[in-house]
Amino acid sequence: MATTTEELNIEGLHLPKDPPGFKGWLLTVDHKRIAKLYLFTSMLFFALGGIAALIMRTQLAVPDAEVVDGQTYNELFTMHGTIMIFLGVMPLNAAFFNYLIPLQIGARDVAYPRLNALSYWLFLSGGLMLIGLGLFVAAPDAGWFNYPPLSEAKYSPHLGVVVWLISLGTLGVASLAAAVNFVVTILNMRAPGMSFARLPLFTWMSLITQFLLLFSMPPLTVAFILLLFDRVAGTSFFQPSEIGGDPVLWQHMFWFFGHPEVYILILPPMGMISDIIPTFARKPIFGYTAIVFSGITIGFLGFTVWVHHMFAVGLGPITNTVFAASTMLIAIPTGVKVLNWSATLWNASIRMTTPMLYAVSFVALFTVGGLSGMMHASVPVDHQHTDTYFIVAHFHYVLFGGSMMGILAAIYFWWPKMFGKVLDDSLGKVQWALTFLGFNLTFGPMHVIGNDGMPRRVYTWAGGNGWEWGNLLATAGSYLTGLALLLFGFILIKSMLSNDKAPGDPWDGATLEWSIPSPTPFYNFVAIPTVSSERPFWDAKYPAHRAAHGPGHEEAAAPDLYDRPDEHIHMPPVSYWPLVFGVGFTLFGVGFVFMFVPAIVLGTLTMLGSLYGWSLEPS
Amino acid sequence: MRIQAGSVRAMVKGLLVIALAASIAACGDVPQTIMDPAGDNARTALDLFVPILWLSLAIFIGVEGFIVYSMVRFRYRKGNDAIPVQTHGNTKLELLWTAIPTVIVLGLAVMTFRTIAVQAAEPAPDAVQVEVVGNQWWWEFYYPDLGITTANELYLPVGRDAAFTLKSNDVIHSFWFPRISGKMDLVPGRTNKMRFRPEKTGEYDGQCTEFCGFAHAEMQMRLFVVEQEGFDAWVARQKASPRPSTQIATRGGELVRDRGCAACHAIAGTDVQGQIGPELTAFGLRTTIGAGLVENTDENLAAWIRNPEAVKPGVKMPALGLNDEEIAAVVSYLKELK
Repeated sequence: MATTTEELNIEGLHLPKDPPGFKGWLLTVDHKRIAKLYLFTSMLFFALGGIAALIMRTQLAVPDAEVVDGQTYNELFTMHGTIMIFLGVMPLNAAFFNYLIPLQIGARDVAYPRLNALSYWLFLSGGLMLIGLGLFVAAPDAGWFNYPPLSEAKYSPHLGVVVWLISLGTLGVASLAAAVNFVVTILNMRAPGMSFARLPLFTWMSLITQFLLLFSMPPLTVAFILLLFDRVAGTSFFQPSEIGGDPVLWQHMFWFFGHPEVYILILPPMGMISDIIPTFARKPIFGYTAIVFSGITIGFLGFTVWVHHMFAVGLGPITNTVFAASTMLIAIPTGVKVLNWSATLWNASIRMTTPMLYAVSFVALFTVGGLSGMMHASVPVDHQHTDTYFIVAHFHYVLFGGSMMGILAAIYFWWPKMFGKVLDDSLGKVQWALTFLGFNLTFGPMHVIGNDGMPRRVYTWAGGNGWEWGNLLATAGSYLTGLALLLFGFILIKSMLSNDKAPGDPWDGATLEWSIPSPTPFYNFVAIPTVSSERPFWDAKYPAHRAAHGPGHEEAAAPDLYDRPDEHIHMPPVSYWPLVFGVGFTLFGVGFVFMFVPAIVLGTLTMLGSLYGWSLEPS
Repeated sequence: MRIQAGSVRAMVKGLLVIALAASIAACGDVPQTIMDPAGDNARTALDLFVPILWLSLAIFIGVEGFIVYSMVRFRYRKGNDAIPVQTHGNTKLELLWTAIPTVIVLGLAVMTFRTIAVQAAEPAPDAVQVEVVGNQWWWEFYYPDLGITTANELYLPVGRDAAFTLKSNDVIHSFWFPRISGKMDLVPGRTNKMRFRPEKTGEYDGQCTEFCGFAHAEMQMRLFVVEQEGFDAWVARQKASPRPSTQIATRGGELVRDRGCAACHAIAGTDVQGQIGPELTAFGLRTTIGAGLVENTDENLAAWIRNPEAVKPGVKMPALGLNDEEIAAVVSYLKELK
């Protein structure tokens, strides 16, 4: 009978341990190690994307600058967008799916640990191919949206677009495999009592995200393959020709993925802050059910709005009207979410920690992005704003002001659990203030210069249009943001080197992950918890402060989370095969880029071999 | 508490900076702002944008105000370790704040649909017909009823509808004069239509707004909205087919005909009938060269002919290897085309 696993008597128990050494990391199938691999890999990629952004901002600081030429600039913004979305925010979210989902549902690992490892190696493979081949062979230069015919061989003759297609196809496989894995994990591996009405909100939003991935990745992959055919086999799916082919088809396929992708990027951070804000408000989330259902609604509606990226394509007033309506509908569940987060602050006792500041910044800044989003649902306004800096401002308020603020909140919040070390909270607040200021300085003025007619994706701009001050401020802001993120890196390194051991429950948390030691033991839970509310750990700690759920609940006995430790804990064994498969896939991919048949054959054989070995392994 | 005050201060400071920056912008010269419409589509779009902007501002102040107020008012105070009341939610409130955005959205939808319908109106029968063709990285304007082809600089009479047919020769481009009308893409293999009516005379800058490759940034254009008489005079000048008046200009004309220009460019009324590059008929009337890139002065034109790549990186026009004397002759000839 215990509230935390630390109170259980584990003396004399034979507990499984982390596989040792570097090899232990390479062959790991442990969701926590995979999470850390995702975390650090994507931080490195994120830094590269950030450097690309800083070079672009330097070029755009003043009119007619010559820091980079047009070609380099086009490569930079293509890479910046691609990296930040696919190698930055998505895998940062994946780091938290990996780390938190099993812990929040009271499981010892994900449903398919080896598949999980494979997802990481494929992600790494796609990332390295994009960056490596992009830097040393040919960088994609047709934008992260790769609209044909510009992305066809006729107009982008070097290998850049092929590199992009192969790398992103690889990342897509990684995402799909992970999505299947997490769906099955959440559906099947919840601890006793962990019903869907008790699922922590991060896990809920992650579950919705996995479904979005499942339905949006396949059409994108199909589009990739068709464009590859166009480029390497001479078909004309996306270029006008006598036998048909239409560039607009690509836009439909791309944005049918591309818009749900926005929610793939923002729903997990929405879940993160839905766990963080209540913790520091010391209250339950306001409107748990409303947050869950608005998330589901956003997920559904996310598939019905893609044409709002194409209002200027000329699909006609009827089509535009329909998609304006569906886009506006999304404002309703989104507004509900913002109001519920805000209401959680009411009558609270708010502890002003760094993760809390970041989480509240998410709500504050995402609101700005949401409001400018409403403007673009309005077709005639969008016709003025689309492809100007106003849009750049809008989606950075969603993806940086929203997603990244949420992810930074999450790193500050869960870092002690992941690494067993405390992050410097005073320095963290300075770091937050710099990020907040730098971010607003960068993207705030872009609303105004966009409104004043400055187009996107231009490597240079002419003076005399009133864009001077805005660009200069934006560049200054980007340097400040860069500085803030450097300081963030310093804070992380400082914590790694320090001896500030974090307790199991540093923030007085409410969900299961805080009821186990920090860092999380290899086997997560020495005993599987029994869950009786959506705040199992809080209710176990504060039986007198359990919230009223309805008649009769107040009188129920205080729940006990843990009974007695399990005598035999079975953990999945390490495996070579995910890594081998990843290597084979990389060989195949690189071989395909260069049309070098031996590498394609060798890669395919490696993959087949690893699948064979994999199938013979004991489960 | 100290940190608390600091965080709020930082937030307020950030907002102040934005507001300040916005007010600076309002004072400066902003020739491409959508806030000062000179065409009907830009005007109706602004009439839609302004109320949405105010509404957004009200929501912004409400939400941010609530957040900042709550953060200050309900902050943890030393010594007060009592656990706050554990409210789980409030169904009435949830319904209320689902209903309010719904009503707002309905209002916005009605306004939006109305403006979409207004902007989708058929062009008036007397509309000036213009076919716009996008090219990497310049614009062709063809007036089928008038038999005029020109490039990068568009003339329209004020107060009359202009009906556009938009096509592309290579990749996707987008046609935009911010003060006149919203954007419409030029999609290869498709023919798009749009109409607008310029409402004030003047010069308006425009720009390709769909990323179209290397020199996308330098695919600009200019619109001259003039009175009907001015437009008629411009049409007449386009059809004038002037003869060179000086010896040097005559020599320039021969060079244009014989030294490669004719492979791509066309000049009405001469043997120069290339079909690949921008039309040069009445070139002397143009105010810019290189698709709105530099002013059409003798020096700029000479520099352009000497080495186009140095003026506009990525441009498809090659340097023709003319010497200074030949370039001067060509400049003289081209400037007389008006």
